[in-house]
Amino acid sequence: MSNEEKGQVMTANRLRDGDVVFLTRSGAWSEKIDDAVLAQEPQALAALETRAADDVKRNVVTGQYLFEATRIGGKIRADHIRERIRTLGPSVRTDLGKQADGTAGAFQLDEA
Amino acid sequence: MYRYDEFDAKFVNERTAQFRDQAERRLRGELTEDEFRPLRLMNGLYLQLHAYMLRVAIPYGTLSANQMRVLALIAEKWDKGYGHFTTRQNIQYNWIKLEDTADILQALADVEMHAIQTSGNCIRNVTTDHWAGAAADELDDPRPVGELIRQWSSLHPEFSYLPRKFKIAITGAPHDRAAVKVHDIGLRLHKNAAGQIGWEVMVGGGQGRTPLIAVTVRDFLPQNELIAYLEAIMRVYNLYGRRDNKYKARIKILVHEIGAAKFKSEVEAEYAKHPAQQTQVEEAELARIAKYFAAPKFEKLSRFSPAFEEARRADGEFSRWARNNLAPHRVDGYTIVNISLKPEGGIPGDATAEQMRVMADLAEAYSADELRVSHAQNIVLAHVKLEDAYALWQKLKAADLAAANYGLAGDIIACPGLDYCALATARSIPVAQAISRKFADVKKQEEYGPLKINISGCINACGHHHVGHIGILGLDKKGEEYYQITLGGSSSENASIGTILGPGFAAQEVPDAIETILNTYMKLRERGEEFLVTYRRVGPKPFKEALYATA
Repeated sequence: MSNEEKGQVMTANRLRDGDVVFLTRSGAWSEKIDDAVLAQEPQALAALETRAADDVKRNVVTGQYLFEATRIGGKIRADHIRERIRTLGPSVRTDLGKQADGTAGAFQLDEA
Repeated sequence: MYRYDEFDAKFVNERTAQFRDQAERRLRGELTEDEFRPLRLMNGLYLQLHAYMLRVAIPYGTLSANQMRVLALIAEKWDKGYGHFTTRQNIQYNWIKLEDTADILQALADVEMHAIQTSGNCIRNVTTDHWAGAAADELDDPRPVGELIRQWSSLHPEFSYLPRKFKIAITGAPHDRAAVKVHDIGLRLHKNAAGQIGWEVMVGGGQGRTPLIAVTVRDFLPQNELIAYLEAIMRVYNLYGRRDNKYKARIKILVHEIGAAKFKSEVEAEYAKHPAQQTQVEEAELARIAKYFAAPKFEKLSRFSPAFEEARRADGEFSRWARNNLAPHRVDGYTIVNISLKPEGGIPGDATAEQMRVMADLAEAYSADELRVSHAQNIVLAHVKLEDAYALWQKLKAADLAAANYGLAGDIIACPGLDYCALATARSIPVAQAISRKFADVKKQEEYGPLKINISGCINACGHHHVGHIGILGLDKKGEEYYQITLGGSSSENASIGTILGPGFAAQEVPDAIETILNTYMKLRERGEEFLVTYRRVGPKPFKEALYATA
């Protein structure tokens, strides 16, 4: 599909409450995957890694890593189910987590 | 129930204060994550998929009504209104904030609870028979020994950095409900030919990626030698257990690599260095602890309760629940109530704060103020008068706690899986829910008879799939969840590891596959024969043929 764009998103858990967060273009962390930078070039990926490592040192986040995702129609969908669950909340408790807090990603778990 | 003495209370309070300081230093940036991680893990605080997870220890699965109320309070005040009872008789909270954790630990300490050693390479919570002190077939209540082991192993300087985590399970009954043969050390109380009571000591069982059945290293160990002997086992493990490879570090690998005979001789050589007569301290301490576990004052009742029989006659729904969820008590006129935390389509082991309070109130009113968590993720009220069972059931029913499926197909063990767990490769809970819905008709479940369906969301096997009569293991195949089915596992005194039947299934295919297996069993079984017995008689072949025939 022509409007699909593959790349990687930097994620971590916020130190004080453990909430799942994604690194944005401004360098801040957002609870919403759709705010995230989807990086492709090695240089951009390296920049995300540096920024995240700095924020780990500054005690803002912990457990940072990159995961693969695809931008579809302007919205970001994590490629792996594990990361989609992290952008939504538990699939067995849709009343809890991001899906209940209004910070969920645009894609449902099984939505391609 | 055990009550903290001044030393226990001081120890837990100091530990909480210590953690408060550590957490504050972490939040201020004075500790790095690498420095802090082992500290938080030693206090049961993990980082999971959506948040921190706090695992609270429930020693040998026993707690008072008041302690259960504090668990409810924690769920409400610091989590999202519920908790998850685990396969190690503990409770986990899924949405904990680091900044709240010290307050939570203090709330626990105030009711003589903690989260110490619920993680890390140390001796974990000792688990036992959830019917301890009540079961009709029991020789003696194993919980005083459980408490003795807890005290001995808590922050034991020599055993705080073992090659890997270490789990001990104990049973005081010949019918093993504590899965002792799939633990690092399993202890079984029994009588020798002279009529004395002592322990069979089994070592090297376990599940995970290398499931193994424990081997017996001592047939009969006198009670007073137990701690000294455990110490010898731990020393041999600490010395020879592998530290180079996490997957080969459990004691089961050591026992099976060097062989049971060699392992046993190492233990006996170590034990010989510590003469058994030096056990007065343990003996005195055990005598002190045992007083706390004195049985409640049972009334002299008839074995037959007219009120109970009348309620069974009058109310079919109650009758079914009573048939499946009550177990024989050792005292006439009493019964063991098993509260299934597995409602149709529910999440195995989850309970809301409100349900916890209801169970606490019922324990206080009807069951000597005490509750048990079972490794099958249910709650037990161990000392209920038969004549109270109907009133109790009505209150359970009003709180959606009256599922009548105890020990049947709907009573599924499932780990949190990929819905919550950072280690999981696939989801467990939705599969459990789909099976539970498929076999929603308890009458049908009763026709299938006693059945253990166990589901794990990864090879670490927290859902005990290896020892399920039907085991289901969730795996990841190129980003897709799929499920491997094993048959013939058992965690009882005749423990066995299940056999993989064949290629895995997609999540939505699993309930039908289970139905095919059960229908095959129904065709093959002899009169009154339970699933596991039939399987052991006929082997996997007919099940394989039925399952893969149309493929």
